[in-house]
Amino acid sequence: MPRIGVFVCWCGSNIGGVIDCPKLAADAGELPGVVLSTEYKYMCSEPGQNSIIQAIRDHRLDRVVVASCSPRLHEETFRKTLARAGLNPYLFEMANIREHCTWVHNKEPEKAQVKSLALVSRAVAKANLLEPLFPSSIPMTKRCLVIGGGIAGIQAALDVADAGHEVILVEKEPTIGGNMVKLDKTFPTLDCSACISTPKMVSVSTHPNITLYTYSEVAGVDGYIGNFEVTIRRKASYVDHSECTGCGDCQTKCPTKVPSEFNLGLSTRKAIYIPFPQAVPNKPVIDAANCRYFTTGKCKVCQKICTTEAIDYEQQDTVITEKVGAIVVATGYQLFDWAAAYGEYGYGRYPDVVTGMHFERLVNAAGPTGGKIQRPSDQSEPKTVVFIKCVGSRDPAKGKEYCSRACCMYTAKHAHQVLEKIPGANVYIFYIDVRTPGKGYEEFYQRTISDGAVYVRGRVSKIYQMGDKLVVRGSDTLLGRPVEVEADMVVLASAMVSSSGIQDVARMVSVQVDKDGWLQEAHPKLRPVETHTGGVFVAGSCQGPKDIPDTVAQASAAAAKVCGLLSREELATDPMISTVNQAICTGCGLCVPACPYQAVELKTITERIPGHAPRERTVADVNSGLCQGCGACNVACRPGAMQVKGFTNDELVAEVDAICL
Amino acid sequence: MHINLTAVAKANAGFLERVKAASGQDVAQCYQCGKCTAGCPVGYAMDEPPTRIMRLLQLSLKDEVLNSNAIWLCSTCATCTTRCPKDIDIAGVMDSLRIMAKREGRIKAVRSIDLFNDVFLGSVRKYGRVHELGVGMGHNLRTYKPFKDADIGTGLMLKGRMKLLPSKIKGQGEIARIFNEVRKLEEAE
Repeated sequence: MPRIGVFVCWCGSNIGGVIDCPKLAADAGELPGVVLSTEYKYMCSEPGQNSIIQAIRDHRLDRVVVASCSPRLHEETFRKTLARAGLNPYLFEMANIREHCTWVHNKEPEKAQVKSLALVSRAVAKANLLEPLFPSSIPMTKRCLVIGGGIAGIQAALDVADAGHEVILVEKEPTIGGNMVKLDKTFPTLDCSACISTPKMVSVSTHPNITLYTYSEVAGVDGYIGNFEVTIRRKASYVDHSECTGCGDCQTKCPTKVPSEFNLGLSTRKAIYIPFPQAVPNKPVIDAANCRYFTTGKCKVCQKICTTEAIDYEQQDTVITEKVGAIVVATGYQLFDWAAAYGEYGYGRYPDVVTGMHFERLVNAAGPTGGKIQRPSDQSEPKTVVFIKCVGSRDPAKGKEYCSRACCMYTAKHAHQVLEKIPGANVYIFYIDVRTPGKGYEEFYQRTISDGAVYVRGRVSKIYQMGDKLVVRGSDTLLGRPVEVEADMVVLASAMVSSSGIQDVARMVSVQVDKDGWLQEAHPKLRPVETHTGGVFVAGSCQGPKDIPDTVAQASAAAAKVCGLLSREELATDPMISTVNQAICTGCGLCVPACPYQAVELKTITERIPGHAPRERTVADVNSGLCQGCGACNVACRPGAMQVKGFTNDELVAEVDAICL
Repeated sequence: MHINLTAVAKANAGFLERVKAASGQDVAQCYQCGKCTAGCPVGYAMDEPPTRIMRLLQLSLKDEVLNSNAIWLCSTCATCTTRCPKDIDIAGVMDSLRIMAKREGRIKAVRSIDLFNDVFLGSVRKYGRVHELGVGMGHNLRTYKPFKDADIGTGLMLKGRMKLLPSKIKGQGEIARIFNEVRKLEEAE
């Protein structure tokens, strides 16, 4: 018979202020298997933990139940307490009488008292059946894959590589740099975005620990924490980058012009192109869909001009595999397709209604206009510029429910730039709230107002063309009056949404995508860069909209987590995972598709029964490196062969019985 | 009707700068928290309470501001100024707006307040201090309500709180100089 100790925590007045803790402890003392039941003000405190250790020794306890807060908060704490007392840490069960009881029933203490006892009874019933569990270990491949070469991926790759680990950085575009390198200046300090990001790009390409695969995509991820096997598809660039010197002659002579993706269509590029002069690697690729040779079979101008004979029209996509121990997903964001949703803003019909990213290119000294702010329609300098915030953000009807976080600040920066570059310009900013939570942000916003920007609180309901003006109709909700502005140019702060390929990446690395399309972190506050899949981390705006400072901070955080992981020789696995009782497994295989982590496989075993010939049989097998202990296989299993350790069927039934009977 | 901000900005170009020059205050700094209106003792009677006056100024809606009764009802108690988190001297702005409104002859809505100011200053100019009975009666006569507050006046006089005849202060010459200086300043503008 187990010897269970029950420890009721007051949590100050959180629990003690609602229910009678000494009475609960006394009642719990009557439960089967309980040899000691006591209470204390703060069980998680040092003296509280010490009292548990003392009680384990004095009363020879072999199971411990703590009735306090959520196991999310303190299960780990108390498991360590048990370990310190020399007990297996998994001989512990927690009853959550705070979040599940006193917090929600603080107006009805009598009922809370009854419910608390029920919750403790459940924990005691389970504690009676607990078995000691032991973590196993898996080897660690000390290499890291970073998916995405924007500022988040660059920062994470550099940090991990600087710590001495090998990094493989995969970027789908022909150059790394992502969105940041397209920006002009960065708020609130107005330092030049390219000036601070291109040196980092160069560091990536020259770092001895970093292998850079641009124009490449991750095609598949197998394996588990510490032992991933990644398939990478390298798209054919039709240029042998080992021969190419990056002289750019091919780009000059190429006869085909297409809209430049890097300049968002505000300028053209050639069919063989380097996206922008500071691209890394600074070598061209051929856009086969638009190349004259590939479409008509005639041309080959680039091949004729190339002195190093680097052009190779026969090049094919190649597939390579890499083994890594950790993965950082840093796939970033793209802008919400406002033109598809906002008819009232012209569905993209008016050329002078542009997005903030277009404006970044227009105001950028390295951009298509050389930094002159010009209307796309007639290249004239706009005198009145209207900015509209929350286009697609905070708009559950047409766009996204969430706030995109960076737009208030970049709009303030844009307004500042208009007022600085165009003398006598009028700037109107339509907003519904101005949000500036960041160091020096509010001050920057106030400075923009001092510069002369007029903020108008209200959403714009319509934009229409009148002559060469765009009439912007909105409302000043502070005044309670409708207003209109005759603008030369309108800039929309369109929402940030996750990159288009995010679903594929998420599926490959087995990470959930939340309702808004962002990757789901393991815990919003306490595990912000980890995911529910071991060894997979998130960095930057693939996890949610953020600005550059937050992105870089998160990337470094992810890198720190990766380094922590890669610093180990082998890895202890959570013992609370599925296990197969192969004696009763029928090999039906229902558990295999039920597993979201591809952790269950069928295998053949040879059974030897005395008096019979050896017999081959198919049974399920759990990969302890992949299994996350979710229990899906347990539910699917008909003979009850699949059991999650720490959550066995017997334990669960005992818990239900304790509460319901 | 929509207020056409472009047209307003064009028509009233320079208005905000003049307010800024006259009051020394940058009304663009107001972030519309409403604390001035919340504490204003006469705000309940204003057509455009202080917060809205600030907003109208930010959009250069000159007519709405200068034709409002608010700038005249403001008693310059400066509660708003004391409490403003952006350190804007709202009472000072109101003062500047009154001066602008008076110069432009925009006093129809609040003729009696303007008259009171005239009668009050007339008394100060004449005696160096206010002769309450004279100011009260002067204002009553010019607003065609000769017996307004007559009952209170009798009581005050009987208790010796209000004098029947005016008395002059010493230094009449200095008072005259102050008024002359002010006139010179105004003419210079």
